Amino acid sequence: MQAVASVRKPLVTNGKTVHDVTEDICSRVEQKPTKTWMVAFTFALALLIVGGYAVYRTVWDGIGMWGLNKTVGWAWDITNFVWWVGIGHAGTLISAILLLFRQKWRMSINRAAEAMTIFAVICALMFPILHMGRPWLGMYWAIPLPNTFGSLWVNFNSPLLWDFFAISTYFSVSLVFWYIGLIPDFATIRDRATGPIAKAVYGALSFAWDGAAKTWSRYESVALILAGLATPLVLSVHTIVSFDFATSVIPGWHTTIFPPYFVAGAIFSGFAMVLTLLLVTRKVYKLEDYITIEHIELMNIVIIITGSIVGVAYITELFIAWYSGVEYEQYAFINRVSGPYWWAYASMMTCNVISPQLFWFKKIRTNLASTFVLSIVVNIGMWFERFVIIVTSIHRDYLPSSWAMFYPTRYDVGMYMFSFGFFFTAFLLFAKYFPVINIAEVKSIIISDSEKAKK
Amino acid sequence: MKENTKIYWKGIEQLKNDPEFVKNADKEFPEYLPISENENGNSRRDFLKLMGFGVAAVSLAACEAPIRKAIPYLNKPVDVDPSVANYYASTYINGSDYCSVVVKTREGRPIKIEGNKLSKFSGGGTTAQVEASVLSLYDKQRLQNPMKAGAAVTWDALDAEVKSKLGEIAAAGGQIKIVTHSIVSPSTKKAIAKFIAAYPSTQVITYDASSYSGALNANLSSFGIRALPSYNFNKSKTTVSFGADFLGTLLNPVAFSKQFAETRKLGPKKKEMSRLYSFESNLSLTGANADYRSPIRPSEVGLYIGNLYNLIAAKAGAPAISVAKVDDTVTLTKAANDLWASKGASIVVSGENDISVQTVVNAINNLLGNYGSTLSWDAPVMTKQGDDAMMDVFVTDLSQGLVSGVIFFNCNPVYDHPKGAVIGSSLSKAKFTLSTSDRVDETTSQVTYVAPDNHYLESWNDAEPAKGQYSLSQPAISNIFNTRQAQQSFLTWGNVSTSYFDFIKENWKETHFASQTEIGDFQTFWDQCLYNGVFEGDATSTMSAVEFSGDANAAATKIAGKYKKGTGLELVTYESIAIGAGEQANNPWLQEMPDPLSKVCWENYISMSQSTANELGIEMKEGFTTKVNVKAGIATVTLPVVVQPGQAAGTVGVALGYGRTKAGKVADGVGVNAFALLSSNSEGIVYSVAGVTIEPTGESYRIAQTQTHQTFMGRETVIQEATLAEYKADASAGRYKPMISSYSGPKKPNAVSLWKGHEYNNHHWGMVIDLNSCTGCAACSVACQVENNIPVVGKEEVVNRREMAWLRIDRYYSSQGNKEDKSMEGLSMLEKASENPEVTFQPMMCQQCNNAPCETVCPVAATTHSTEGLNQMTYNRCIGTRYCANNCPFKVRRFNWFKYHDNRQFPDNTSMNNELGKMVLNPDVVVRARGVMEKCSFCVQRIQTGKLNAKKQGRRPVDGEISTACATACPTEAIVFGDMKDSNSRISQLLRLSATEEGDTEVKEERAYNVLEEIGVKPNVWYFTKIRNKELTDNQA
Repeated sequence: MQAVASVRKPLVTNGKTVHDVTEDICSRVEQKPTKTWMVAFTFALALLIVGGYAVYRTVWDGIGMWGLNKTVGWAWDITNFVWWVGIGHAGTLISAILLLFRQKWRMSINRAAEAMTIFAVICALMFPILHMGRPWLGMYWAIPLPNTFGSLWVNFNSPLLWDFFAISTYFSVSLVFWYIGLIPDFATIRDRATGPIAKAVYGALSFAWDGAAKTWSRYESVALILAGLATPLVLSVHTIVSFDFATSVIPGWHTTIFPPYFVAGAIFSGFAMVLTLLLVTRKVYKLEDYITIEHIELMNIVIIITGSIVGVAYITELFIAWYSGVEYEQYAFINRVSGPYWWAYASMMTCNVISPQLFWFKKIRTNLASTFVLSIVVNIGMWFERFVIIVTSIHRDYLPSSWAMFYPTRYDVGMYMFSFGFFFTAFLLFAKYFPVINIAEVKSIIISDSEKAKK
Repeated sequence: MKENTKIYWKGIEQLKNDPEFVKNADKEFPEYLPISENENGNSRRDFLKLMGFGVAAVSLAACEAPIRKAIPYLNKPVDVDPSVANYYASTYINGSDYCSVVVKTREGRPIKIEGNKLSKFSGGGTTAQVEASVLSLYDKQRLQNPMKAGAAVTWDALDAEVKSKLGEIAAAGGQIKIVTHSIVSPSTKKAIAKFIAAYPSTQVITYDASSYSGALNANLSSFGIRALPSYNFNKSKTTVSFGADFLGTLLNPVAFSKQFAETRKLGPKKKEMSRLYSFESNLSLTGANADYRSPIRPSEVGLYIGNLYNLIAAKAGAPAISVAKVDDTVTLTKAANDLWASKGASIVVSGENDISVQTVVNAINNLLGNYGSTLSWDAPVMTKQGDDAMMDVFVTDLSQGLVSGVIFFNCNPVYDHPKGAVIGSSLSKAKFTLSTSDRVDETTSQVTYVAPDNHYLESWNDAEPAKGQYSLSQPAISNIFNTRQAQQSFLTWGNVSTSYFDFIKENWKETHFASQTEIGDFQTFWDQCLYNGVFEGDATSTMSAVEFSGDANAAATKIAGKYKKGTGLELVTYESIAIGAGEQANNPWLQEMPDPLSKVCWENYISMSQSTANELGIEMKEGFTTKVNVKAGIATVTLPVVVQPGQAAGTVGVALGYGRTKAGKVADGVGVNAFALLSSNSEGIVYSVAGVTIEPTGESYRIAQTQTHQTFMGRETVIQEATLAEYKADASAGRYKPMISSYSGPKKPNAVSLWKGHEYNNHHWGMVIDLNSCTGCAACSVACQVENNIPVVGKEEVVNRREMAWLRIDRYYSSQGNKEDKSMEGLSMLEKASENPEVTFQPMMCQQCNNAPCETVCPVAATTHSTEGLNQMTYNRCIGTRYCANNCPFKVRRFNWFKYHDNRQFPDNTSMNNELGKMVLNPDVVVRARGVMEKCSFCVQRIQTGKLNAKKQGRRPVDGEISTACATACPTEAIVFGDMKDSNSRISQLLRLSATEEGDTEVKEERAYNVLEEIGVKPNVWYFTKIRNKELTDNQA
């Protein structure tokens, strides 16, 4: 018997030609910033500055500006950290794993997704540094640098150190991967550039790309190698982040299910963030032909799958708490569900487990508005997931005498705003000055119409 | 070989050896690099170089730590060696509280107070107030000069004026009153006698903020002695207390705690313990330690005591007294049976300041034959001599303008007497007013002259806390300010030219030296007494033949006459364990010390039972509460509510000692003055108010509480307890013994580990804490604060749950919940404390785990394990990730959220924020920087000092030589510290350590347990199960 696949729908619609692709994407870089962009950028910058005040006070006066206390030593800081790292997972997953699986639909979204990854990881990295009591020392003491302090060395038993290695590796690989992908496109912009500054800057950025066949061949080999390198990282980073909790003795943290559960959660939130950003970019930059409903639907399917994995993990945790017979474990989970932070648990369950199930309906998953709303809901849910894990576990652990509540201060909120400010500022700059879609790759998937090209 | 050494030329110049080359050969840089100042002026390059260098130099200079000058002695004092501590025996007297102490000084400044083990009276322990008193010495709010009408004057000028004014008054026959708290010092009394000799119209008015006038008068009428007997709680098998907090504040809590604990300690050879009944309105420390506790109304105390008398009288065959029946007689009957069964070895004690009630108490003790055994007149206690009636007359006289001169001798009646307002407003009627107070307090601010007294650590003094038991005070530092000892002032004004020091010496020569025969030379005798701090004369029991001659029946009639049923809500005041009567209110260590029961600090509050709170519609959760208006008598105050389990229904409680308005920056405006709510008449001060009304203001308020969760949630790995009967049957009763399943069957948690463990070849420090003898008095936690330079964070930060205490005392109430009920309702039942709960105190500090979870998670290895079993913290290395604190199952790690030292944002942290306050810091312990983690170190500095001393003498440290601050302070010896490697040490004996076949040591003591044994962190702190002497514990019910 012979199976005949139906002809696939084109990934780029409306019969775009090679020239159209170049035009559509480069023109955004070449034009003057639009009013919308200016407004958005001002807003992002304002967020960054207001949040910057919170950072300043924290560094100047101390961590006491936050709402932490003797019992709850981590709250918004590490919640934000894990949340941003999670978001930073989608980019590499899209570019590396989907590249290896030859999923060509990724081509029109991978650039923005990777950029988002880079910025999200930078946002994430802020928190481990800023949450330290003495960041000016901790910034380099936590690195195994040869030093003159005598026999001082880092503690390789500490998951925080593993974190440092995992995230810095992930960050460097993602950055290199992203940048290499950008080089041919920078060259395109360079070639089209008219002004001397643009010529010089894009010329420098494109590393004298000559577009020779040999160069292209090298380019593709490097992309493949980096994809191979990055793939295990997608799985390892959040696995190691989860070790921060899994290797501790605190009930609610000390859980072996954490690595897969965290990775699934990370992809879940990462895709949601990609959707949030792309839906806006697509609309503003009129990229409907490149980022089609099919893209959105496929990403929504990934969200259903990972959301369901996360849901199963939540239920497994509850089951194991009961099944373990460990008093503290049981209490930790009963407290999560019905304790003073029940509302955080309820938000997490609603946003992460229930709401993505709506994507089973084709109408919902192919609808832009519902996708946009749900993508934000998912990220709210994922923030609460980390908050629930971190705060509800330590606020009531072993000795009831130490049980305490955590109430955030405006500086906690400010720190979070700061990371958002940075993220949006960076993303807006990227969207304006960098090609938001991989021109070179997308050109390989358009169906050329010589007739149209001749016109 | 040498011939073969090749030489490589750097260049042809070297080969040629030309002079230019030789000149520059050993210079690292060629000549043209240095900045040249040639005739053409500086070139642009030079400017850049200079600027670069300048910026670098400035930034380098900015990085450098500021230079602190250490000035060496020009002539080193003989007995002061830098970094070597000196210890001086002395005596703590504050108000009329007494404690014999040893003062630790470093480079001439007192930094720590410890108990004097040689003292019979106080028994070697301390209280929180004694521990903290060293900071009061360095209080910047103390007066720095004598004052007249608010302006500083010289002592000579002051003396001249005082003498002439007093002389005038005395010549005219005007009344001069010296108002004072009980004077414990015989030499002071003599000095005042000299003063009176010069001004014969002088009278001494004695009162005490917490008055014992009723008891004293009762003893006067019952025994003919106006004193209190010495209590021997260590001989008492049954103790019944009616609102007398003898473990917390009554008379001599240090010694009483020690005595009481003696009867509560259990071991393989001692399986009996005393039983304590408590009938009280507020949950006091004594009530918390009682086996049976009945909450009663203050108006009914007399009735309960009367009924107890009748129950005992029935057994003794004595006539009954007529007194109304009380509702709850079950516990009372049980108490009576126990008392009768332990006749002659029991104590009934009451805190009532009422002559009739105290007379009946005396009668009960007499029926029980307790006098001569548990209560003794051999050495009557002299620390309380206040006479409320005299004080009352004084207030009336003063307000009528009959008093011409008043001298307030270290007392503050405007604040701490119920009629303080009257005194304050009448002072202007006296021609001459003077105070010897050390600060411009509520009273002092209204007098003309102030002759500020020294702090006790700057003073020479003596004391006679109990008849025949003497002690000396010696200055541990010379006067910090231009103050003068009050006794010296009295002598000066009394025209006696000798110094007070000589005066005491002379006095001792005449009396004590003469009374003994062992030492022939006075100087030797004096030196010996000074060295010991105490002198216990020949205990000549002249008073043992005292007979009871009180009239219980008449007293009962009086009690019945006073009793009114249905008096509405009653307010009961109590002396706070932290602040006392408020004398040391400006001491931030005491302000931040949480109340042992409510765990509230930095204010007083109105405590009420859950049912009263429900009636008023007040809810309290996680420190969030409501403020209420309390109308008591004519006064109305606004206080926050604390729902207090154990508070008697229909009563509310409020602590005295707060609400100072002129004590200093720390104390002013903290809480409300409850003395103002009280009333006083010729019969004495009444410490409760009937017919109180409470109206919620609706103003929500967050109270500073260090522990907000009340119960231990039935977690047996935390608190393990049993009844005495169970313990007798099985020494391991109440022990929770978790087992871990493994492939080779169930194993003890410590037998399963991923870690190889540590090898301890020299010492292995450990600690034992007996939950049975810990009374929860918190002396240890303040001692820890003093010893380890722990910052005070202030109320706001305590509200934020960031107090820095390395050692806290966890207080758990029992609950009616069932720990087997795992449903949500079951858990919420467990969270609620019983209406009248059993209480357990658990001192909690770093458990120095052998498998420490904090050590593995620190990314920079700032917390590591020592070769002696200590979990050590390297502050300098800490980067402050707080991961260790999160991963600490005991939550004992404390983070420096802010810079607490040299920071104007923390003015309450006086020991680190002003030059004077800093003198109290222990130079052996670093003041921690912002952003680092800290925790209990087992007083590693003391361990090091002890080891060093032993090493210098070429021996091993002896057990007991090295001890932590908490263990040293503990009046009941509930905390024992020592080397577990030393088989003769007390800790090894207590734990009954024995070697196993595998070469490990095994703990044989059945009561010993590690908190959270099942998680396998292997703590080096062991707790002994709490044993209650009752039939059934609440937690089993």
